[in-house]
Formats: sequence, structure tokens, C-alpha cells
Amino acid sequence: MTPLDDLESESIFILREVYARVPNLAMLWSLGKDSGVMVWLARKAFFGHVPFPAVHIDTEKKLPEMYAFRDHYAKEWNLRFVSGTCPPIEDMDPSLPPAARSAARKTAGLKAMVREKGYDGLIVGIRRDEEGTRAKERIFSARDSKGGWDVRGQKPEFWDQFNTEFPPGAHIRVHPLLHWTEIDIWRYIERENIPVVDLYFSKGGKRYRSLGDADITFPVDSDAATVAEIITELEHTKVAERSGRAMDHEAEDSFERLRADGYL
Amino acid sequence: MSNQRELFRIVVVGHVDHGKSTLIGRLFHDTGSLPEGKEEAIRATCERRGVPFEWAFLMDALQAERNQAITIDTAQIWFHSEARGYVIIDVPGHREFLKNMITGAASADAAVLVVDAVEGVREQSRRHGYLLHLLGIRQVSVVVTKMDMVGFDQQKFDAVEQEITAYLEGLGITPTYVLPVSGRDGDNIAEPGSNLAWYQGPTLLAALDQFDVVTEADDQPLRFPVQDIYKFDQRRILAGRVESGVIRVGDTILFSPVNKSAKVASIEGWNIASPQREAHAGQSIGITLDEQIFVERGAVASHEDRAPIETDVFRARIFWLGSESFKPGQSIGLKLMTSESTIELQAIEQIIDTGNLSVSPAGQIERDDVAEVVLRTPKPLALDAANDLPRSGRFVLTRNYEIVGGGLISMEGYADQRDLITVRSSNLTRVEHQVSASDRTIRNRHAGGVLWFTGLSGAGKSTLAIEAEKELFNRGYQVYVLDGDNVRNGLNTNLGFSPEDRAENIRRVGEVAALFAEAGVLVISAFISPYRSDRDRARLAAGDAFHEIYVEADLATCESRDPKGLYKRARAGEIEDFTGISAPYEAPAAPELVVDTAKSDIPSCVAEVVRYVEAVFPLRAE
Repeated sequence: MTPLDDLESESIFILREVYARVPNLAMLWSLGKDSGVMVWLARKAFFGHVPFPAVHIDTEKKLPEMYAFRDHYAKEWNLRFVSGTCPPIEDMDPSLPPAARSAARKTAGLKAMVREKGYDGLIVGIRRDEEGTRAKERIFSARDSKGGWDVRGQKPEFWDQFNTEFPPGAHIRVHPLLHWTEIDIWRYIERENIPVVDLYFSKGGKRYRSLGDADITFPVDSDAATVAEIITELEHTKVAERSGRAMDHEAEDSFERLRADGYL
Repeated sequence: MSNQRELFRIVVVGHVDHGKSTLIGRLFHDTGSLPEGKEEAIRATCERRGVPFEWAFLMDALQAERNQAITIDTAQIWFHSEARGYVIIDVPGHREFLKNMITGAASADAAVLVVDAVEGVREQSRRHGYLLHLLGIRQVSVVVTKMDMVGFDQQKFDAVEQEITAYLEGLGITPTYVLPVSGRDGDNIAEPGSNLAWYQGPTLLAALDQFDVVTEADDQPLRFPVQDIYKFDQRRILAGRVESGVIRVGDTILFSPVNKSAKVASIEGWNIASPQREAHAGQSIGITLDEQIFVERGAVASHEDRAPIETDVFRARIFWLGSESFKPGQSIGLKLMTSESTIELQAIEQIIDTGNLSVSPAGQIERDDVAEVVLRTPKPLALDAANDLPRSGRFVLTRNYEIVGGGLISMEGYADQRDLITVRSSNLTRVEHQVSASDRTIRNRHAGGVLWFTGLSGAGKSTLAIEAEKELFNRGYQVYVLDGDNVRNGLNTNLGFSPEDRAENIRRVGEVAALFAEAGVLVISAFISPYRSDRDRARLAAGDAFHEIYVEADLATCESRDPKGLYKRARAGEIEDFTGISAPYEAPAAPELVVDTAKSDIPSCVAEVVRYVEAVFPLRAE
């Protein structure tokens, strides 16, 4: 098996574990490359079907290409699509830096959705290599009744056995892509021929490497206009993936604060 | 497709503050693996915090970790050498976060054990070494850090090398390399450097490239645990991951512990070029069967001739991470492959001190203990001994919504019960007797039954049985003793003394005793019958007529009596698997009667048995 086969097999194993053990489940579909791969892996795991809703928490600030992509593939992939809304920025913690405050809207929208639908588990496409606190995550990661993450008191998880039970009121985040890196994602997109939003491809010397809200995400310098060119670029670059995401760079602790409160 | 390097997973372990995170930071720096601006960002963070430059901040991303300057949780980071790709797993060295160390280390292919040249081998150096061994990580290199703090002194290095090598060899681990480095100056990390001229071995980077890739062998027995059954369309698909061996279309596979077989009709997939004909260890697949047999999540498919063990009791070496202690008699959760069960701690054999590898008895297991235990499940599980098949021979323990430990299975002294599980055939038509049980009771003046004596060799079972037989016979009972002499010489002459044969011996005695009881006779069986599972099976055969009588006498008393000189021979190593010495005796949990031959003489014990019989099987008037 190649490293990509290993990653695919592990992700399928995780998706099947959570589907077998957690009753009311949803997958977060952020419309980016990672969650696209995740939906694809679900179709692999369940032989062409996605047996849980695909939830998009809509900040209403995404780029128009992303909304077009969403509408098209929700239908084509036969997803049970659910859209959630976010509260206005004025309702957010004013002590957070501006971009983080903007990102916090998504947390609030997410928590409202979990409450409303009574989800026991959310499948989320975060990866360890994206960011330092995500690197510390578990595959099955408990959230308390307020949606918070007890980062200092994470449960043991080893030998492919997961903490699949949790106290009433709590929910669980499941991270099937935790061990993938950015380049793995692109190599898999290439191998499986998975469609992605074309914002990732260079136009006029710029492309988006990571997609977030339009006002706090910026394209990076790049000439990579195809999947193969992106892979070549990533084999040589030393620029961090999330360098175009303003919220990561405002304060040392802003990402951890967001995540402890329930951000992805 | 673009070139993909092979990926190797390395965990860096060791005592707190011995320089694990610094070593990783330095390795990334010296191999040019840091993202742009990362070093500057760390420098800025350190300046803002008013602390000297700290490589550990590369992976210690949590605020609490940075505030306290310790690693709390495990993290992973990627880099590659000329030879291959690596995942480096950083783990905490502080005892308080051992659960996080295990979480990180368990997935590694090999380990780097970091030891401080100044402090030498410390508590967590040994504990981590021991846990690596328990987690099944066999390849270890030792890195002696902070050589700059000891003036790059070779003698200091030699002393540390000697100490850690001796300890690891006690565990059966021979370190691939023991090498000196300086994280501060970068000596011997990616380049040899100038301060360690006396050292001739590889750099850390070269040592990493020397670890062997571990590949799963196809010739291992097939284990395919069922994760789920899907019926999304017309196909009924059994989903799961092949844990060992190979599964092929057309194979006849046996599901344990349900004991049903079927043929693999197809291996299903989605978005694949052509249908798969076979699948190997590590592949997540789905299969369809030629027959619709009832199988659930938790069952394990194997080939019929190399099936897993079935048992409801086994030994294990466990590590306990629970904040509350684990005591004999307590039941908690168990996860083994995809099966889940409750499990009772039947006995603690010993606690292992990971510092000096000494063992001692204990009444309970505390947090961070490593213990050898006997565990019992309510129903038989399909499993393997960890030495034979690691992935189906290990389990985790759960309590209060949390994994609280892990363990490796050993079947030493315990039988595979697969062939003992009596499936009472529904095809045989039972002979309809025209003599009823009550007819027999009237004729014999009492109901039939089984008095099942159990106890250590020398406890007095046979003596007591023979005396009780005579006394009961004289009082008018139809009574007969089954013992080793009259059973081993005929019915069970083909059986030896292996755990499986001893279990089969008791199974047959149980079945014969049940027939005697049905025939209206009061039968006394006098066998050590050391295993609870075997006695439970005998009870199942005889039903309500079964009465377990524990002939109790402590081991020291039995050994001092030693009527046949067996204990002496067992102590001398002449008899293997001798109950009480080199094989387990599991005392009854809830016997109907206990007679203590160490405290009372034989006549009063006989009287006790007779009193019990007269109460439970009263003689009718003629």
C-alpha cells in the first residue's frame, strides 16, 4: 500500500467507526478542498452513499464561486444538504481581535445548529499540519455541553480504539483527515479526480491556498493553474498554508481561544 | 502521479526536560524543514514572553504549555530526509501526562529515547522504555542530549549508554544506536559537527534512516473484524478492515464467536478501476457473502483452519491510566478489535515496577501501574495471544466514557475454549423416556443430582468424596463417585494435561455427571477443576441439579500434606502446569457449600456434606 492508500484506509475506518457508534451524525462541508476530499471518502466508505447530512455553516461572506460550487455538487453528489446561519458580528466576544471575531461567528452558528438538530457527532475535516493546536487534536474529540474543548484534559486514544461514548449533553467531533497533509490532499484529488472550486487555481499570478470568509482570506502569489502544478509548488514551497488567513496571525493565542470555545 | 516517499513514524520519548522538543526543533532547523517565518515567529514569541529562544515552541503550541514550559499533549509534525518521509511524534515527558505519551507513542514505527547527559537515566526514561516495549515498538535508538553541558565528555556519554542499554536489554530491546548530540550547538543532529570528534557513529538524521520498515506479512492468519453491515442498496455489505492476512473472493470464512461460515462472493468498492479479487492487511474493504448468515459488528472473520481463540477468561499485561483505582471484582468496558464487552478483574497476579522490573503482589491497580492480571468476560470473545497476532491480541479498557488503559493478551495456562463450547444439536430427536424423573425419584427415594467438588490437589476432595459416598449409601442414597482414577483410565484415556485437554476432561465429566443425575443417581465428582469457565459449563450441563462444593484448604496446607509427592515434583520443575504452582486455580465465586479441610477434620467435613445433602435431597419414606 502507498502512503495515500494508508491514509484513505484509515479515514474510511474512522468514518465507519463513527457511523456505527454515534447515532445522530452530520458532516461539516465547508466547500473547500479538504471537506471535498472528506465527502469523497464518505462515498468510498459507504459505497457511493453519504448516510448523514452535509452541513454548511454559512457566514454569508463566502466568495460567489463557492456558493455556485455548493449548489452544483450538493445535487450531483446526492448529499442531504443542510445550511446553517451565523449571528451578526456585534454579538461576538469584543475582546477577540477583529478577524478572530469574524471567525467566531461560525462557532456560534455551528453551536446553534448542533443545539437545534441535536447532533451527537460532527465530522470535521481539520488536519494536524495546518496549525499548532490542531496538531494536538484527537481523532474522536469530546466537546462539553457548551461545545467547548478541554485542551488540557484530552482523553487517551490509541490502537485505533476511540472514545465513542460521552456524557449526556456533550457531543463529539470526529477528524478523519487528521493525519493528512496539504500535499496528501492534492495528491488524492489528483488520483481520484475530485472536483474543487477553481479559486484554488492561479489567475493573474494569484491563487487561494486556503478558503475562508472573503473579507479575512487573501490569495497568495502562485502560478499553479492545475492540480499537478499545485503539487509541484507544494513540494518546494516553505510558505505556510494558512498564511493568507488573517485570524491566525493576530495574536499568539487567538486560534487556541477560538478552538477552546468550539471553533473547528 | 507525483513521486511519493515512503512514510515512517517516529516517536520521541524520554524524561521531562531532557530536551525532546528542543531536539525536534533543532532537527527541523538543521534539515531546512521549517516553514518560512517559523523561526522568526518563535523568536518573537520568546521575546514577547521575555524568555530565551526556545525550540520547544515549534510543537508546544498550547498557551498552557508555553506558560509552564512543558509539553502537555502529543503532537505530530512532518519532514523528509533524502531517503524518506517522516512523521515525528512529540510526547510529554511529565508523569502526569502519561496518557498523552501513550496516545502519541502507540502509532509509531520506531522510537528515539532521549536521555539527558547531565541527569542520566531517570524515572520516565525507564517507564517510557518499558511502555514502548509494551506498545509493541521494537526499534529504538537512544539519543544522549545536552552533551555541551558535560563538555562533550566521552566518559559521561559512555556511562549513560551503559545504564540505558542494560535497562533496555532487560526488556529484550537492543537499541539500534546510542548517539551523543548537542541540541544547543547542533552537533550530530543533521551534521557531525566539530565537538564530538571521538564519536564515530551516525548522526541522528542518519540513524533515523537506518530504522527498518515493518511490513505486514501476508502469511499471517486472516483476521477481518466486522465493523458494520450496510444495506444502502440491493447489496448486503459487511464492512471492515483486514487486520492481518489476506482475504480472497471464493474463500470460505468462519465468523467467531458466532461460529458461522460462508463464502466471499465479492469485494465491493466505489470509484475503483476494476473489482478487487483479494485484500491485504491494512485495507478497509467491504465484502458480500454467498449466503445471508446472521453476523453483527464485533464478529471476526478468519479462515476455518486458522481461527482465533475463543475464551471467556485470559491473562493480560495492562497499563492503567484511570484516575480511580481498579480492584478485583470490578467490571468495566473492554474494546477488542470491533467487539465491545464488559470485563471483570478476576485477579491481580502482580504489579511490575517499571523502574527496576521487580514484581510484587497488590490488592488494587493504581494510575500509571503496569500489572499482570486475569480478566473474565460474561460471554466468550474471539481473540489472539498478542505474541502471535498483535492487532487481535490487544485491547483497551473503558470506564466513565473514557479509555482508561490498554493491555496485551496472553493465554498462558488458559485453554482455547472453541472446541469446548457445546452446541446442543437441534437435529437429534431426543428419546422420549416412558419413565419420568418423578418415577425415578419415587423408586430411588431422592432426586438425582451432582455434587461438584472443586479444590487444590491435596485439599481432601477424594478422601471426602469416598467417605461421603459410604455414609450417604448407608443412609439409603443411590450415590457414586467420579474421580480421576475411574475417568482418566477409560472415558478420558486419550487426554493429556495441556490446558485444552484438562478443559475437555472436565467437559466430559460434566456431561457424564449430568447423565448420572438424570438417571436418578446422586453423583459426587472429585476433580481439581481449576477453571471457573469449565465448572460453569458443567453447571450448564446439569442445570438445577448442580451443586458446587468448594473443598477449601490454602496452598501451604495442601503443599505440606502432599499425599502423592506432586507438589515437591512441581516445585522441582518436574511437572509442568501444576495447579497452584505453575497454573492457575480459580476459586468458586458463589459455591453452594464451602468445607474447609484446613480448619476442620475429615469426619466433621463429611458430616457437613451429609447435612447439606439431606437438606437439599431429602430422602422420602419408603
